[in-house]
Amino acid sequence: MRLRTWLRLHSTLVYAFLYGPIVMLVILSFNRSGLPTAWGGFSLHWYRELLHNEALLNAALNSVLVAAGSTLVSAVFGTLLAMGLERIARSLVLDAFVFLPMIIPDIVLAIALLSFFTLIELPLSLLTITVSHIVFNIAFVAAIVRTRLSYFDNTLEEASLDLGAPPLKTFFNVTLPLILPGVLAGSLLAFTISLDEFVIAFFTAGPSQPTLPILIYSMVRFGVTPDVNALATVVLSVSALLILISQRLGGTEGFF
Amino acid sequence: MVSPILLLGPALTWLVIFLVFPLALIFVYSFLQRSPFGQIVFQPSLDNYLRLFNPTVLRVFLNSLRIAFIVTLLALLLGYPTAYFISSQPSRWKNTLLVLVILPFWTSYLIRTYAWIVLLNREGVLSRFLLGLGLIREPISFLYNDTAIVIGLLYGYLPFMVLPLYSSIERLSPELREASFDLGAPPLRTFWHITLPLTLRGIVTGAIFVFVPSLGNFFVPELLGGGQRFMIGNMINNQFLQARNWPYGSAMAFGVMAIVLALLFFQAWVTRRTEQV
Repeated sequence: MRLRTWLRLHSTLVYAFLYGPIVMLVILSFNRSGLPTAWGGFSLHWYRELLHNEALLNAALNSVLVAAGSTLVSAVFGTLLAMGLERIARSLVLDAFVFLPMIIPDIVLAIALLSFFTLIELPLSLLTITVSHIVFNIAFVAAIVRTRLSYFDNTLEEASLDLGAPPLKTFFNVTLPLILPGVLAGSLLAFTISLDEFVIAFFTAGPSQPTLPILIYSMVRFGVTPDVNALATVVLSVSALLILISQRLGGTEGFF
Repeated sequence: MVSPILLLGPALTWLVIFLVFPLALIFVYSFLQRSPFGQIVFQPSLDNYLRLFNPTVLRVFLNSLRIAFIVTLLALLLGYPTAYFISSQPSRWKNTLLVLVILPFWTSYLIRTYAWIVLLNREGVLSRFLLGLGLIREPISFLYNDTAIVIGLLYGYLPFMVLPLYSSIERLSPELREASFDLGAPPLRTFWHITLPLTLRGIVTGAIFVFVPSLGNFFVPELLGGGQRFMIGNMINNQFLQARNWPYGSAMAFGVMAIVLALLFFQAWVTRRTEQV
């Protein structure tokens, strides 16, 4: 077989591996019978069930609150950090430190934060999850804003400063509008990660305020139930949509 | 010029308080003991680290390393040709194909793991399918073994392999390969002597990005291994949430961190070496 044909076939199978299980879940979520193996006709029944599940709606709300809070803080801190790293403190050690949360196993970060919150007697709640999510979201926002900054024309800022605009005015009128797509892309990415993050949330959540992934975990541990399929479809669609928008804004380009 | 303190200050302060302190704290804990009631007792010793070498724990460590290694190897075998294929496409396709690789990664890993439960359980899609074909006589569960864990981890972290590979293949200049072809080297030889060494950095980066999270993951072994197959992540989870022996759990975490650090130094070494060439 020709190399080209073989590569194409191989890649097709890899894409099938990546998307097959997801597509299967989506199809099953519309299955009236609720069984994974018997098609009972198209139905939105399981989606309607979701709307009546109070615990689930609460958990979804908790997740949105945590994601919004952590995104807001990391968007500001991450953008400032990106500017600092790109313009002032170009150092490999600093880079390694800032991006550490992306590489250490999440369970290590999770137990460290749990120990720390217990030591300072901060009760576990949505606040502790938010605080924890900011730790790694800063890195994601900074990474993306930095890519944007790296092909930024510095002379524009210099011109503004030369023309007598104070630094703060220059930042808001010149710099920010130019890097805004990067900031938005990074924020969307951070929001999505936080929304779906499970391990750190699992360790830093209070007992009565689970986020959606924590609730999903407790549901799937007890086996396959048809309403999880519908929930899974909703959650996957929301994330995919946010990431595609982020990608349009140039979010995931140059990430590696 | 804006002051560096304003730019770097907020993020670095946050990271010192909520990353450095917590890690330092569990590092200290890892040398302490716990009381019968789960409290931490100040009795510095190396006991927790020595206990990492007891046969049960050591076996879990070795099994986790083995699983993470298999996952990494499979990811490389699946990922390299895919990255190569994407890189050989016209540029308008490249971006779409790359987004398609990374998109699942940004969606809930928990849910994607659940998809495999639906596929592999006793009453699941695969079992019913094989039953329908008459290949098996009664429903079989494909869950609760190392293979299921490997599939789940591979499924989750494969995008991490493809992206760095893609960017290093993309950086190869086509002239090098052409020169090799022109001088009469067969394709496989060109690949072995030119392409592979020049993309080594991407291979190492991808391998670490797959190996590290595979090693520490606890919900894939929990959900697809059914709690019967243990990995390091499950042990740490157990020490913290069930056995409530935080010092011992912390020592396990630093066992993992030692492996991770060794790998990162190896990556830095490879990067430096390939830059010299």
